Amino acid sequence: MSECHDIATPVAQITAGTPLIALAGQPNMGKSTLFNMLTGLNQHVGNWTGKTVERREGTFRHNGREFCLVDLPGTYSLTANSPEEVVAREFIVRDRPQVVVAVVSAANLERSLYLVAELISLSAPVVVALNMMDVAAQEGIVVQPEVLAAALGIPVVPMTASKAIGVKELLRVVEDVLAGKVSSAPKLPEVRADHREVLQEIETQVAAHVPAPYPPDWVALKLFEGDSEVTRMMESELPRENLAAVNAILREHDDAFLAVASGRYEWIGRMVRAAVTQPKMGQIGLTERLDRWAAHPIWGLFILAGMLGLVFWVTFTLAAPAQDWMDESLIAPFSEWAGGLLQGAPAWVQGMVVDGAIGGVGSVLTFLPILVVFFAAFALLEDVGYMARAAYVMDNLMHLMGLHGKSFLPLFLGFGCNVPAIMGTRVIDSWPARLLTILIAPLVPCTARMVVVAFIAPVFFGANAIWVSWGLVLLTLATLVVSGILLNQVLFKGQRSAFIMEMPLYHIPNARTIGLLVWQRSMSFVKKAGTAILGMSLVVWILSYLPHGELNTSFLAQFGQAIEPVGRWMGFDWRLTVALITSFPAKENAIATLGVLFGNSPEAGLAEALAAAFSTASALSFLVVTMFFIPCMATVAVVKQETNSWRWAGLSVALFLALSMAAGALTYHLAVLFGMG
Amino acid sequence: MSPEPVSMAGLTAGEHATVLSFGGGRAVQNRLASLGFTPGVDVDMTQNYGFGPLIVTVRGTRVALGRGEAAKILVRRSGQ
Repeated sequence: MSECHDIATPVAQITAGTPLIALAGQPNMGKSTLFNMLTGLNQHVGNWTGKTVERREGTFRHNGREFCLVDLPGTYSLTANSPEEVVAREFIVRDRPQVVVAVVSAANLERSLYLVAELISLSAPVVVALNMMDVAAQEGIVVQPEVLAAALGIPVVPMTASKAIGVKELLRVVEDVLAGKVSSAPKLPEVRADHREVLQEIETQVAAHVPAPYPPDWVALKLFEGDSEVTRMMESELPRENLAAVNAILREHDDAFLAVASGRYEWIGRMVRAAVTQPKMGQIGLTERLDRWAAHPIWGLFILAGMLGLVFWVTFTLAAPAQDWMDESLIAPFSEWAGGLLQGAPAWVQGMVVDGAIGGVGSVLTFLPILVVFFAAFALLEDVGYMARAAYVMDNLMHLMGLHGKSFLPLFLGFGCNVPAIMGTRVIDSWPARLLTILIAPLVPCTARMVVVAFIAPVFFGANAIWVSWGLVLLTLATLVVSGILLNQVLFKGQRSAFIMEMPLYHIPNARTIGLLVWQRSMSFVKKAGTAILGMSLVVWILSYLPHGELNTSFLAQFGQAIEPVGRWMGFDWRLTVALITSFPAKENAIATLGVLFGNSPEAGLAEALAAAFSTASALSFLVVTMFFIPCMATVAVVKQETNSWRWAGLSVALFLALSMAAGALTYHLAVLFGMG
Repeated sequence: MSPEPVSMAGLTAGEHATVLSFGGGRAVQNRLASLGFTPGVDVDMTQNYGFGPLIVTVRGTRVALGRGEAAKILVRRSGQ
């Protein structure tokens, strides 16, 4: 079993006897490495209820006992600045894990203890995993774990998770805490001296009105910090006179959050002075030397271009042959085998299974090799620490669209396939910026659309096809920029999320972390292919088959004919409209559909038939519409999954439908004007 | 000596300074504080080409900031 109990009912936890452990830590502290090491494939990845934050939980056995481990999102603090921070602290307060393991870096104790300062103010017992002892040693930093433990008043376990050093010891300490053998008496940080009295006043005002299970002193502190969620909660809980008193204090001390933060850093300073016997020496580290190139405003762009070139080279040398192989050696024989099995069955059953289900899902599954390469490249760049550099050098350009640098790499992946692009937006930590990136990502022309362009453009434009193709790519990218600017104005009123990002130290990638990420994202895609995409493929197939068993007279064709007047705006006849609709399960289907409608296969004669049937203006319009049309259903399914709402997926479909029709109509009429009719 | 407050975006690479105060919305200020920017903390400008984002080292962490964010942080140069 890889799933823990329903976390919303903590009572079940205790009766079931499986201890619930939470893993907390700031980003880049090696938290995921530890989580992957402990749980391996016994993980479950989903979303936190009602949130778009990734939720990872898993189980592991130690000394014959099962443990449930929840990986809290990596956050720098526990103030309600982001959904991640709210998720992390709500889990600790409401679901009451028996132990919270706080992962900190020995190489960067000062920064990483900040989260610990927040964690120990909550009710759950905290064990500090002092990770990255190897990096600290390399940098000449000496930390004494036992001194740190004494200073903090809670257990501290030195470890190097990437080399599995100290993991057993950590589990032993966790067991001791569970068995009540460790009496932890954490020494809590205080606010800066000049603000202690007013904080006390706030606590007096709220203490009697704090709803369970929140600790009153913690609530007072969060009010003092101006935490939006806690403020909202207490506004509805507090009697009017107490609320007025609290607000009066807060108005007078609007810089109180700095007193709180300073107090925590004073506390950290004491811990660090006690436990770190030899601080970092002034030498220039590897990270700094690499960043002189990788984060340089000009060389950085060249390096980025080189990296991306490499990713594409790998894709085409590895993934493209694998894709062909899957098509020829897996999907085709499987279709044949299924066809053979269904020999006795009616023709429509055979068609539905072989052409509808296997054909539809198969064509989506053949994208898996490309996805795997992209997922792996993305995970590798992230794990090495390069992702932050790519974001840094692209920040200027992305500014134009109200985005910041972190949106660049996900968008870039879209050239291969929009699916990893949208999944890759998880690296963007601000939700408006992430949503905006998800909405415009389908404007990056993917390989499947380029297949359609590569077939149609030469038919109508001959030697100029290459320029037409480039023009189409540039047109979509220009539209991407304009849509980004417009959507940012309309949806987020032009606000830009602040660019504040840690530049982590470069480090050697962890194969296990990358492998698991590729595995999870691929499985998640395969599951989509097995459900939503299967359903939609069947619907499209049925509509193209009923009532007489052939496409030319099918409901789909009738529908195409019924809306032919609409298609006319774009210079389409009903066949082009139908081809477009069938491109929804997979973009390259458009060509296969035209093949069926014209009774010619794409290999033999379809090009000539198309050239005879359509004007250059219609063809150009069809290409433009193909570039802008509703994203393929795999993309729509992922938009739904990543935004956790059909609303945004629906909006995306509506936007692209409107955009493609407008662009198609405009193209057609302009082309006619220029004599291509 | 230059005791007058300057914007952090005006520091050149290699300069040291002490943070005095910072502006921006509450959420931005909170994020800056949790990454280690508090009044009185020493920072080193690690990379600043005069345009685009910059990198500053605070409490042993290298933090990339947009120019707009850095411009709102007031610092005092503290010599080499």
